[in-house]
Amino acid sequence: MDGIVNWWDYLSSRWDLVGATLMETIIYVVTVTVSAGVLAIVTGILTRNRPFAKEMSLAIASVFLTIPSLALFTIFIPLVGLGFAPSFIALFLYAILPILRNTVTGLDSVDPSVLESARGMGLTKSQVLLQVQLPLAWPVMLAGIRVAALLTVGISAIATLVAGGGLGDFIKSGLARLPLPNSLEAIWTGVILSLALAFTIDVLLRLLGRVTTPAGVR
Amino acid sequence: MPEPLIDLQDVTKSYPGVEEPAVKSLNLAVEPGEILVLVGPSGCGKSTTLRLINRMIQPTSGRIIYEGQDVTKSDPNELRRRMGYVIQQIGLFPHRTIAENIATVPKLLKWPKKRIRERVDELLEIVSMDPSIYRDRYPSELSGGQAQRVGVARALGADPDVLLMDEPFGAIDPITRDRLQNEFLRLQAELKKTIVFVTHDIDEAVKMGDRIAILRDQSEIAQLDKPEVILTDPADEFVENFLGSGAVLKTLTLRRVRDIDLDPMVTVKQPVHRGQALAEMNTANTTTAVLLDEQDHPLRWIDERALNSSTSSLDRAGRPITVQLQPEDTLQDALSAMLQTSSGMSVVVDGRGKYLGCCTIESLAGLLLNQGNGSEHS
Ligand SMILES: Nc1ncnc2c1ncn2[C@@H]1O[C@H](COP(=O)(O)OP(=O)(O)OP(=O)(O)O)[C@@H](O)[C@H]1O
Ligand SMILES: [Mg+2]
Repeated sequence: MDGIVNWWDYLSSRWDLVGATLMETIIYVVTVTVSAGVLAIVTGILTRNRPFAKEMSLAIASVFLTIPSLALFTIFIPLVGLGFAPSFIALFLYAILPILRNTVTGLDSVDPSVLESARGMGLTKSQVLLQVQLPLAWPVMLAGIRVAALLTVGISAIATLVAGGGLGDFIKSGLARLPLPNSLEAIWTGVILSLALAFTIDVLLRLLGRVTTPAGVR
Repeated sequence: MPEPLIDLQDVTKSYPGVEEPAVKSLNLAVEPGEILVLVGPSGCGKSTTLRLINRMIQPTSGRIIYEGQDVTKSDPNELRRRMGYVIQQIGLFPHRTIAENIATVPKLLKWPKKRIRERVDELLEIVSMDPSIYRDRYPSELSGGQAQRVGVARALGADPDVLLMDEPFGAIDPITRDRLQNEFLRLQAELKKTIVFVTHDIDEAVKMGDRIAILRDQSEIAQLDKPEVILTDPADEFVENFLGSGAVLKTLTLRRVRDIDLDPMVTVKQPVHRGQALAEMNTANTTTAVLLDEQDHPLRWIDERALNSSTSSLDRAGRPITVQLQPEDTLQDALSAMLQTSSGMSVVVDGRGKYLGCCTIESLAGLLLNQGNGSEHS
């Protein structure tokens, strides 16, 4: 009980800081998910009829995910300096794979006979894409977007090590000051707010999925 | 011969990386208003031929003429909107309602909303589905037979002159398939579309086709003719083998009861009593007769022995007539009707149930034997 009361006191005395730091993480999640989403979806669409290009892009996106996160956050520092930029790049590279993978899977899993009949009725290539392939692939694509967003919440905690801000700041400073007063409270703040943010994003994107999934394929 | 609506001229299709062409120098003319069936063993190029017509695939060489115009190089999407296309797996859009599915081509052609709505309901009626029930359903809520009906309705969407059908009833259980085939033939009698119909089932070909093209490898036409000609006069051994041993029996589905000479059985008409009936049969020198009521409706088979051995009234002598044929019934129906009666005979009545005559196993057999001989000479 004591712990919770202490933590609450800790929070209450620095709402501004907590809010600003949370905002930094949210900005990472939004910018990274949107930009990686655009790149991955466009790539998935352009390579949908080119098996070699499709496999290549998936292979490249997978390579990023195998690089240890600390390394990926630091290798861009010589190019772009410290702060938001190297963190954004690293998170962006991580977020591509889940969205690309699901875009490819979603487009590939559209029933070939549906495409055959769509073409057979005289829909143009772009009409087939917009009216048939994307609506049918969307639920799977959105699941990829959700994974990418949650991944970003988690990994963005490392941004603090390259002065990129975000909820990782609380964890880092708490760890650095252990076992001094307020150190544990700081760590809790970083961890619990990350979890709460992840949970909120998950719920929001699942709701979005429900609203945007065409009836008939729900 | 009328001007063909679709004319494939010397069409060859080679798939990339495959040495032998899938379709080789095919010449095929489809006449307006006919159902032309393409039938042949698996892999002989039926689907390829069909997909060349609406340019789902591009011919390697040769020309495709539609309505007198060379469409080999025209805009394929525009061409496809003028030809309905039905495939075995149907390919309904799962994320669209039945109404939206059927409206696909009219929408591409930018029909006004009201006209599309009316057309959708009309088409649902045509394929025997209640619009108020099915309009707003999704494909996942349909049975296989219903989905194929919607597939046909969708292909008819913008009232195309041509329907291309690739094994449309291939994945449906035999009973439903039979019903869909009959419905479709009835529909076609009204619509008079030009239809190219692919199947690998010779029975379906015989049933559906005004003309049948029997194809062998690389879409080479082994024989192209009316079904009755193909069945009775196969061009070569390949066709004969493809028809199988039941070819002569299959002609039974093509011929009608009206095509055979009916046996004028002796009739005894009510009101009549036992003695009179026996006397009439004696005069006619027969032991069996058909008992008719006053309106000439056949009632019972009566025979001498039954009349002599019982004292019950005439309405209970002999055997009741349970199966009746009409002139429009196929000889196959006639055969199965006769096999149900022990006498090998069945009465034929007109549309109002009046007695016309009897159809016997012997007359049926005579017809089949004649036909077998006839083909030797032709
Ligand atoms: N896309 C393709 N690429 C290469 N070869 C193909 C392709 N499509 C068909 N073929 C080949 O062309 C030949 C004819 O195929 P097609 O699908 O037209 O046969 P079909 O008569 O419709 O057979 P089925 O009754 O099995 O449907 C076959 O040998 C097939 O393997
Ligand atoms: Mg086929």
